[in-house]
Amino acid sequence: MTPADSTVLRFEDVSLQFDATVALDHVSFDMRPGQTYVVLGAAGSGKTMLLKVAVGLITPDSGRVSLFGQEITHLREQDLFEMRARVGILFQEGGLFDSLTVAENVAYPLMNSHVAHSNASHSNGNGTARSVQDRVRESLRFVELEQTLDKFPNQLSGGMRRRVGIARAVVSEPALLLYDSPTAGLDPITANTIIALILKERDLRNTATIMVTHRYQDGHLMANFRYNSNNGQIERAASGSDVSQVSTKFLVMNEGRLVFEGTEPELQASQDSYVRKFLRVGGA
Amino acid sequence: MLDFLKPPIAAFQDFVLLSIRAVRNIFRSPHYADDIFVQMDVIGVGSLFIVSLIGLFSGIVMALQMARALTQYGAQGQVGSIVAITLVRELGPVLTAVLVAGRNASGIASELGSMKVTEQIDAMRALGTDPIQKLVTPRLIALAVVLPLLTVISDFIGLIGGYFIASTMLGLTYSEYWTTAWQALEYNDLAQGLLKPFVFAVIIALVGCFYGMRTTGGTQGVGRSTTSAVVTSSVWIFVLTAFITYVWNIIFVKQ
Repeated sequence: MTPADSTVLRFEDVSLQFDATVALDHVSFDMRPGQTYVVLGAAGSGKTMLLKVAVGLITPDSGRVSLFGQEITHLREQDLFEMRARVGILFQEGGLFDSLTVAENVAYPLMNSHVAHSNASHSNGNGTARSVQDRVRESLRFVELEQTLDKFPNQLSGGMRRRVGIARAVVSEPALLLYDSPTAGLDPITANTIIALILKERDLRNTATIMVTHRYQDGHLMANFRYNSNNGQIERAASGSDVSQVSTKFLVMNEGRLVFEGTEPELQASQDSYVRKFLRVGGA
Repeated sequence: MLDFLKPPIAAFQDFVLLSIRAVRNIFRSPHYADDIFVQMDVIGVGSLFIVSLIGLFSGIVMALQMARALTQYGAQGQVGSIVAITLVRELGPVLTAVLVAGRNASGIASELGSMKVTEQIDAMRALGTDPIQKLVTPRLIALAVVLPLLTVISDFIGLIGGYFIASTMLGLTYSEYWTTAWQALEYNDLAQGLLKPFVFAVIIALVGCFYGMRTTGGTQGVGRSTTSAVVTSSVWIFVLTAFITYVWNIIFVKQ
């Protein structure tokens, strides 16, 4: 395997500009399977653009983006669909289709022909072919919203919509999950519920995860806590022996530039005034 | 120096690209038949009553206006033919299209615009669906089928409105009115009267979708897109009806 094959996502000198605003300014990083990336940044720092460029929703002006070892920068939309089938995304406000019920929303990735193909091979590998309905129920049970199957998104609260969004993102069992500000605008308790779900998904299936946020606490939880599948609780990972501590990296963005990349101890030791601002606000 | 021309030219280029993709998708799978029928229902059945009402009154007004002028020349017997020709060639297609533009170009732009600002369009692409295939092409097909049908209905009801005036105020008999109306129409007029709504349908669908899909700036942006869609499609309807009539006369009407 070439080095490129073992990366989940690679940005090489990626730049993107809208009129006068720089959204991404020569951004480069490498992400490996099982890693967690926490992207911190103020509003308008290019965090959301980073995610959209990562799955080819927006084509960068320059630089190269590789997803699962394949360069996607110049792929046609039709070919991108197959790549995107292996990625789950939670959009900022959930991005749920309001003309469809919760169940239809969650089933959407499975009903799609592009995904149907990869699912077929998936279920053969498992030896168990599950129906779409079962997988939708399972996914909604995962986010503890099984009772909302026939509701419409506008009948749900903001936190519930976010959870349905997570259910839709994980239903196709993607290898990479992207979360765009999953806790923005939520009260602290609901925010922690969302982070707990993200941890659960990451630790149960060892999914590579990128979480964009402006709250340092979210990143702190991602780096130091893990889901215990034995008792179904979120618990502090034992220091030293913990895997996620090592595999969780922080990226800090400012006006499209990547101003910091490193682990949490490195982040806490940083002297950069912009980076320190997040630590103070977070106060974890 | 000519930088001020860049945004409108870029926008026109985007519009042409969207149109090409939308039309190309008609011949490509997957086809979203359900969405086509839903749109036909929303646009066609939904507009039926208002289109009929406007058709009825445009026929009545035409007959009233013409009755006075024709009586001066003792030619009130020709009211049927004049109502038929103006309605079928011009008033029916244009009034129906402007009405549907106001009702549905706005509806399409606001629906797609809301989807755009709430990231549903991005979500659709992220989940492997081409939003042009799923949202634009069904609306294009639905309008192209439904608007000519609405126009035919509107024309016919307009003729009935004309007959109402002709019989009550001018004392024309049933056969006097309908025979002149029928004889006045040539295949040429019918073809023109069906080509126009078809072209207008394409404009309404594409302009509505275009403004919807490029909405930015939250709910305010949705309002702006909606307004732009109605204004732009209405203007194009009037420009194109003049253009089509002009070209039609050159090609088909022997002087």
